[in-house]
Amino acid sequence: MDGIHDMGGMHGFGAVPRGEHEEAVFHQPWEGRIFAIAFVVESIVPGANVDAGRHAIERIDPAAYLAASYYERWLRSVESLITDAGVCSDEDIDLRVAALRTKAADV
Amino acid sequence: MAGHNHNKPESEAALRVKAIEQLLAEKGLVDPAALDVMVDLYENRVGPRNGAAVVARAWSDEAFKVRLLDDATAAIADVGYSGIQGEDMVVVENTPEVHNVVVCTLCSCYPWPVLGLPPVWYKSFAYRSRVVREPRAVLAEFDLVIPDETEIRVWDSSAEIRYLVLPRRPADSDGLDEEALAALVTRDGMIGVAAV
Repeated sequence: MDGIHDMGGMHGFGAVPRGEHEEAVFHQPWEGRIFAIAFVVESIVPGANVDAGRHAIERIDPAAYLAASYYERWLRSVESLITDAGVCSDEDIDLRVAALRTKAADV
Repeated sequence: MAGHNHNKPESEAALRVKAIEQLLAEKGLVDPAALDVMVDLYENRVGPRNGAAVVARAWSDEAFKVRLLDDATAAIADVGYSGIQGEDMVVVENTPEVHNVVVCTLCSCYPWPVLGLPPVWYKSFAYRSRVVREPRAVLAEFDLVIPDETEIRVWDSSAEIRYLVLPRRPADSDGLDEEALAALVTRDGMIGVAAV
């Protein structure tokens, strides 16, 4: 699939971001959580596996792919896998996010 | 009430991950304690020290090195490392004639059992796109200058095959035991963006 993810040889991305010499594995706690969730989902959700997880990332809209951080792409992948399998819907997720945001605002 | 709220508003991504974890846990599909174990494993326990031990053994034991180059997955399992995202590993040896460097142009494939999770730069669009096209320039950005007469081989990892570079043993390392040799080996050397 000649999608946006197929980046070998592409021009324009500039210098390699070296960053800190010894960086944290997960820069935010949510990155670690989605990493672990992805593996469980890819193991047990119907139709899902590691290859399906990669393909879900490859299917992200090109502009969104380029704008997303690495683990944001994993988040989108997990959302695709669980909604495609009918485990829950986008609406279920959005409703829960709204509820969490309201709860956080009340603190 | 005195004092101020120390909680920064959570990012959209953090909220979505929390929402998904809750929904999946409520359906019995994930166990948060099991997720904790997975996070701990890759945050604290699986990392480049594994690969360094493999490299040190290869430098110390010629028979092991031959086996490593022939069937890396089996040889590495003998040292005690195996597992997900390392089901098929291939070790490529740096020599005076050839310098090897590894990438995954399509995503971030990496030999987890020996190196843990990849650094941000390995997963960056810049590295993925440029190292296959202009490896010398990219290596120079890592302060690694490869002589013109040395061939550079770039290995594009895939879902199926994960590459590990066997760096050249430093010239002044005679007499060091495996533990001391392993301490010389860096993650960047095992990816190929450093000499060792």
